[in-house]
Amino acid sequence: MGEGALELLAERIRDYRAQVRLVRAEEIPNAVAKALRARNARRIVVPPGFPAEWLASGECEWLSDEGPLTPAELDRVDGVITSCVVAIAETGTLVLDGGTGQGRRALTLIPDYHLCVVPVGRVVRTVAEAMPLLDPIRPLTWISGPSATSDIELDRVEGVHGPRTLEVIVVG
Amino acid sequence: MSGHTYLGMPAFPERSAAAVQDAQLRHNLRHATRTIRGKRAAVIDELPDWPGAREAAKEIKDRTLRHLDRYLVQLEEAVTAAGGTVHWAADAAEANRIVVGLVEATGERSVVKVKSMATQEIGLNEALESAGITAYETDLAELIVQLGEDTPSHILVPAIHRNRAEIREIFQRAMADWGRPAPGDLTDDPRALAEAARLHLRERFMSTRVAVSGANFMVAETGTLVVLESEGNGRMCLTLPETLISVVGIEKTIPTWEDLSVFLELLPRSSTGERMNPYTTTWTGVTPGDGPQTFHLVLLDNGRTDVLADQVGRQALRCIRCSACLNVCPVYQRTGGHAYGSVYPGPIGAILTPQLRGMQSELDASLPYASTLCGACYEVCPVAIDIPEVLVHLRARAVQESGHRAERLAMRAARWVLERPVRLTRAQNAAGRFRRLIPKRLPGPLGGWTDTRDLPPVPRESFRAWWRRTEKGDS
Ligand code: SF4
Repeated sequence: MGEGALELLAERIRDYRAQVRLVRAEEIPNAVAKALRARNARRIVVPPGFPAEWLASGECEWLSDEGPLTPAELDRVDGVITSCVVAIAETGTLVLDGGTGQGRRALTLIPDYHLCVVPVGRVVRTVAEAMPLLDPIRPLTWISGPSATSDIELDRVEGVHGPRTLEVIVVG
Repeated sequence: MSGHTYLGMPAFPERSAAAVQDAQLRHNLRHATRTIRGKRAAVIDELPDWPGAREAAKEIKDRTLRHLDRYLVQLEEAVTAAGGTVHWAADAAEANRIVVGLVEATGERSVVKVKSMATQEIGLNEALESAGITAYETDLAELIVQLGEDTPSHILVPAIHRNRAEIREIFQRAMADWGRPAPGDLTDDPRALAEAARLHLRERFMSTRVAVSGANFMVAETGTLVVLESEGNGRMCLTLPETLISVVGIEKTIPTWEDLSVFLELLPRSSTGERMNPYTTTWTGVTPGDGPQTFHLVLLDNGRTDVLADQVGRQALRCIRCSACLNVCPVYQRTGGHAYGSVYPGPIGAILTPQLRGMQSELDASLPYASTLCGACYEVCPVAIDIPEVLVHLRARAVQESGHRAERLAMRAARWVLERPVRLTRAQNAAGRFRRLIPKRLPGPLGGWTDTRDLPPVPRESFRAWWRRTEKGDS
């Protein structure tokens, strides 16, 4: 991982106009609660395996995907909270593989707000370092900032179809 | 390709003269290309070893192309093992027939599409339309192009020839015909226009059962397809429908998962000038409980194996469609993409289109001349395609081919296979999968040869026997 990888990751994600908080492990529940409160987000999808102890906030309704949730239901939630399998510092990229705490792909696609917690030990510096940690058999989503387009006179506009707000909590 | 035809178009000089007069277009192009150039330079400089990465990318692509037949078979096996179905299409007509058949088999009458140059190249939307199936484009730029009944003009920013006022006007006029109308108070603020597109397409994403995509890369070893995008419409198409059909040119193959890393470093930086594009999706066959449960991969040849046969020209197949060469090209900046009369505009179009389509039409034969040979395109190309070299080579070929065209092409193809005996078995292996590959291509050399020499065609089964008898073609 090397010196300063967490700071680099935070800086590079911020370059994509996403909000990033660097916290210690014991601060996670508080950081999560604060982020959701600031957005007034109450109905939050929680994928299978996401650590329950990080969801301390009593103000939220935590929605499980056992069912599973339909696209229309996902369209009506306030947001989704996940972890990731790898984060790449140099490019400010989060990679989700549908594993524990991440859920199937639709969960981080349809809601308009995505809060991602990057657990300890998941940060690498380069894309090349990330490859061997990823299993190509699983469907992967690489996320570098909120959805965006530059199709209209090259003005970058956040959010066409994916979540228009991406927020990241990096645990170090 | 109803209303969008590229056939019978005037040659490049006439088309470009018309475009150069369009001041709006020229202004947009200048602004756009300058902006992207600056961003690209900054993030390329950041790479610790750009020449090394470029060389690695070139080497991977060359190795793949040298053994393409083998990698394609490996890819097919991996995709099949992961629950996908692979189809081989020798040309546009066959690819269209396959896709139309697959959509019809689902009983659906519409598909959502994520931007794909391969499907534009084969005119898939028009083929679907003839079969009564509506194809909805979902990239913002493609949506603008589709609603404006237009053709794309830039690989990366297909609607670069439209300004915001025009886009607003197109949305207000045409969105209602295609689905949810534009909001009544729509302004020309890019944010408002993007929001209108979001609303217009959201319901469609959630209700359409079939999606059609291309892919930026296919990993032979694992059977993984890779799509890079920005807006999230790609993820919508690749995730929500029940059936996914991907149409991909065979040259998009790379050997291993590790090989992907250098391209993920180079493509976004060269293309949009970002360290990474907002979204990249990779998938392998089907995954129970996540995404489409039926997956079809249509491998498209459509002239590519012909290009492989040309030792100088084949480097064009390394192209990863980043569009960096367009943004530095003085000719492109003045004429815009439409002058090239093909889905592949700019310097790469000038060398790819004539090779894919042959140089029979006046437009295609004129494309190798659509350049000043200044070399800027080569400098920026992340896979080091020497575009000026190929241009010069194609100019010579355009002259030559007024003569014994078929024979020359045939012998060139033969040389490529015969250079190394091991290619033959593999070639036949792959050839057998492209139904129409024979007799046009690999043993195709002989097919072409017999055409001009008026000899009976060589049956495909006897090719191997001929090979042995003549001591591996050396006699
Ligand atoms: S030829 Fe090179 S620079 Fe041009 S689009 Fe292809 S990869 Fe990019």
